[in-house]
Amino acid sequence: MSLDVTDLRVSTVDGSPVLHGVSYAIAPGEILALVGESGSGKTTAGLAALGHFRRGLVPAGGAVTVGDTDILSLTEPERRALRGRAVAYVPQDPALSLNPSLRIGRQIAEVLEAHGAPDAERVAEVLAEVGLPTDEAYQRRYPHQLSGGQQQRVGIAMAFACRPSVVVLDEPTTGLDVTTQALVLETVGALAAEHQVAALYITHDLAVVAQIADRVAVMRDGRIVETGATRDVLGHPTHAYTRELLDAVPSLDGPAPAGHEGTPVLAAKDVSVSYGEIDVLRGVGITVDSGECLMLLGESGSGKTTLSQCLSGLTAHYTGSVELDGVALPPSVRRRSAAQLRDVQYVFQSPFSSLNPRKTIAQSVELPLTRLTTMDKAQRRERVAEMLDRVRLGRSLAHRLPDQLSGGERQRAAIARALVTTPRVLVCDEVTSALDVSVQATVLDVLNDLRRDMGMAILFVTHNIALAREVADRIAVLLDGRIAECGPVDDVLTRPTHAYTRELLANTPRL
Amino acid sequence: MTRLIIRRLVVSLAVLWLVTLLVFIATLLLPGDPARAILGQQATPERVAALQHQLNLDAPVWERYLDWLGGVLTGDLGFSTSTQGSVNSLLGDRIVASLVLLVAAAVISTAVGLALGTWTAIRRGRAVDHTVSGISLVIAALPEFVIGMALIILLSTTVFRIFPSVTLTRPGAQVWSEPGQLVLPVLTLVLVVTPYITRMMRATMSEVLDSGFVEMARLKGLRERTVIVRHAFPHAIGPVAQVIALQLAWLAGGVVVVEFLFRYPGIGQALIDAVNKRDVEVVQAITLLIAAMYIVVNLLADIVGIVTNPKVAAR
Amino acid sequence: MTAVEKLEVVDTPEVPASQPGLFRRAWALPRAKLGAALTAAVVLVAVLGPWLGPVITGHDPTDFAGKPFKHDGIAGTDGIGRDVLTRFLAGGSTLLLYAVLATAIGIVLGAAVGMFAGYSGGRLDGVVMRGNDVLLSFPQLVFALLAIAMIGPHGWLLVTVIGVTHAPRIARVARQATVAVVASDYIRAAEMYGVPRWRILTGEVLPNITGPLMVELGLRLTYSIGYVASLSFLGLGIQPPTADWGLMINENRIALIVQPWGVLLPVLAIAVLTVGTNLITDALASAAAREEAR
Repeated sequence: MSLDVTDLRVSTVDGSPVLHGVSYAIAPGEILALVGESGSGKTTAGLAALGHFRRGLVPAGGAVTVGDTDILSLTEPERRALRGRAVAYVPQDPALSLNPSLRIGRQIAEVLEAHGAPDAERVAEVLAEVGLPTDEAYQRRYPHQLSGGQQQRVGIAMAFACRPSVVVLDEPTTGLDVTTQALVLETVGALAAEHQVAALYITHDLAVVAQIADRVAVMRDGRIVETGATRDVLGHPTHAYTRELLDAVPSLDGPAPAGHEGTPVLAAKDVSVSYGEIDVLRGVGITVDSGECLMLLGESGSGKTTLSQCLSGLTAHYTGSVELDGVALPPSVRRRSAAQLRDVQYVFQSPFSSLNPRKTIAQSVELPLTRLTTMDKAQRRERVAEMLDRVRLGRSLAHRLPDQLSGGERQRAAIARALVTTPRVLVCDEVTSALDVSVQATVLDVLNDLRRDMGMAILFVTHNIALAREVADRIAVLLDGRIAECGPVDDVLTRPTHAYTRELLANTPRL
Repeated sequence: MTRLIIRRLVVSLAVLWLVTLLVFIATLLLPGDPARAILGQQATPERVAALQHQLNLDAPVWERYLDWLGGVLTGDLGFSTSTQGSVNSLLGDRIVASLVLLVAAAVISTAVGLALGTWTAIRRGRAVDHTVSGISLVIAALPEFVIGMALIILLSTTVFRIFPSVTLTRPGAQVWSEPGQLVLPVLTLVLVVTPYITRMMRATMSEVLDSGFVEMARLKGLRERTVIVRHAFPHAIGPVAQVIALQLAWLAGGVVVVEFLFRYPGIGQALIDAVNKRDVEVVQAITLLIAAMYIVVNLLADIVGIVTNPKVAAR
Repeated sequence: MTAVEKLEVVDTPEVPASQPGLFRRAWALPRAKLGAALTAAVVLVAVLGPWLGPVITGHDPTDFAGKPFKHDGIAGTDGIGRDVLTRFLAGGSTLLLYAVLATAIGIVLGAAVGMFAGYSGGRLDGVVMRGNDVLLSFPQLVFALLAIAMIGPHGWLLVTVIGVTHAPRIARVARQATVAVVASDYIRAAEMYGVPRWRILTGEVLPNITGPLMVELGLRLTYSIGYVASLSFLGLGIQPPTADWGLMINENRIALIVQPWGVLLPVLAIAVLTVGTNLITDALASAAAREEAR
């Protein structure tokens, strides 16, 4: 059966439109990627395929046809009969969508039971199809006893259990590390092909689209702006927005950045961190030279955030030493001098958590100056204004509260705050991971310009190897608390020496 | 999991012990000489000294504490100066009488509160929800003696004359021999506590109904009833248990005013009498009993929370 | 990569209207206005009553005004012949004063302890909260009775005991709110800039927990009124011959069938007052909850 969405209109209960006449069609065995940034309405469009609308949203027109039935014209019990059986959904965050107090075998069996075909063998069968163990003991596990990737595959199993004709996958690999993501993509592709399923793959990641989708639809502000075969849309985009998105995608291939000469400014020497039995960092040593950007790459659990926090003084729970210009820094920020605090600054990952919601942007950005320098009020004001200009935030935004700014603007304000004391080293911890890809591009642009203009060094911590050429001179790969590989970006990307790096490069989807 | 429960138990015991200390220390705040206060100004020095010795007031403080604590642990709650008898005999029947009120109120209010809370969460935003919320808000505001008084005016003296406004038990008979007289006291207690339970249940249930896994259950095509009973409700119980415990534990103190209002022969009434007569040992005993009840109910609630948490239970 | 002009296209959303403050949002709800009206009405009676009473009726609250439990005067007489209306008008001021003072003591103590425990974390947090638990093991009324049994029904004792027993309950809420705030990165950022601990508590934490604290304030005020009135009702609070609503209800209830006004007037006053404060509190709670959801 195919999925045909025609002129779907959805609005909030007070009447403001969310989707403005969205149309797309998926044939059996085909994978259509629905691409858009946050707020584009892609999840709403995806859930509509199951006839489901979140609290506060109502359908305002159009048709959603599965096979030859318009779901929107059915009553709720009739829709329920289709959900899980004919049309299935794989949610984004498996940790939130699996019931924490039911065993996973039970949760898969539930779908079968709900549609009148309880079948213990089918449960084992579908677990095998997604590459998970099928034994009784595994089926009796609770979700929290599984890793993120395994939980996601349970979610996929639940979706495919009744052999649906249409499957909607809502960002199923966001939040998974690259290797797991590759596995999940493979599984989804195989299942969709084998069962001739019409699959809607919702994502913001264009590189993933290139890897898995036959056709692409690009969404923006509740409208589809471009549709077509993947090759065509990604290779020869016709709409300006699509081109913008493509431009913003960081690329692993490209010219080698010019070499960088500099003296070490910030160094970690033999830093080890352990919590009880678990060793998070094992004798790690890295140096950041003046004026360069060193990318610290690692997946979740590699210890990269811990290392960046040791360097910045946010955690004092380590052995080894951190040196600034060869002089050891006190481990905790509470013991560092004002000069040391000025020199090493930190930008947090989440722009929604790093600014005080009750302070204006200007007040937040001014804080380091008030505490760490002897500038008077007028000088501080001037400096704050100057910094806001540099991060391309208009001075008019200075008197707003954080909730009046977008994620990207907030992150730039946080960067301004970190730079206001002209540090020599800026530690950026996953600063773009919470941002849309186009916003990410802007932030990286700003960082590059600032580095060039102010001559500071940057330690850029991330899990996304694709950003390497966009922002870094050298790259250090962290695996299980140890440095696996370290060197100039071009060398590491084109001639990796460590197996892990090779694996990462192989598994990272490219356009 | 057992380790967590044992740890909770130990903490509760520690708190209970500190409570006994606090109760005992409070009695040291009595200004002047308790013996003299009891016997009055006219008492001869010999009589005062005799009473002091009888009350063990001439021993060092820590010895008096251990003495008292030892008595409590072996079941002897002390000597009542107002009835000139043991505290035990004074309280025995009364504890049972108060328990009747408390258990009845606890069962009714929990059942009604959970049911109403779940129902209004499911019908969130509709007329039923608003009505129940509004009524809850008004009732929750009123002090309990006002609720009791209002019930008396409505059902006992002025508007209708259905239930008695005071409890009259023949000596020797149990309070439940005349069930009609239990209605208003229990109803008062129920009205005081149910609004909070309803509110808490509604809030927790609403949160659970909005959660990702409940949405997922709906998207799997499960019937709404299965979604609510199997997926939503069990997740609301854990967090609500603690609040319910707090409310029920509150009943242990709330019973005081209610008993006074309806002249109900329970430990609350006994406490008021003892305070008025400065009968120290009785006040000590009842306060300790009530605090102990509170600690026990809280411990039970914590255990419910531990047992229903899948991340802990699955070890 | 993108050139600067793309910035204008992609990342300049329409500026959302500034979120109005907590009080403004709460005031927008109809129950806030209703609650404020009810509270204001009773407060007016309580504050102006002692002066208005003799003016209207010609009697003082302790004067003999007629035969006991008769219907002379506007609202009749009470058990020892005093004029009910005069006593009613005079009966709210002490109650209100004690309740407000007790609430103030509770909020200041409770918020300070709760914020301190929440920010310190670890051992210190554990110790403070255990101490809290001990105090929490007594229902507030029972603790008050214990203290009154020992020291006697003095006004200052009422206020202190009720205030001190509010503190652990408020501390719990303050601590929970503080812990949630302290998990945010802007607190760590403030630490990174060398802001001293007390400054962080007052400058970064406190402004972000006003929502729950305001709700607690309203809730505790409602309870304070209830407890002071209850204690007076039990005969262990405000003492005769002072006119007080709680006391009046107890004094006059034996004649409920014959002369109901001595009970009805104070019951109504207390009921309207507490419902009013609770409505305001609920409006604040809704406004605070909506903010958290953003």
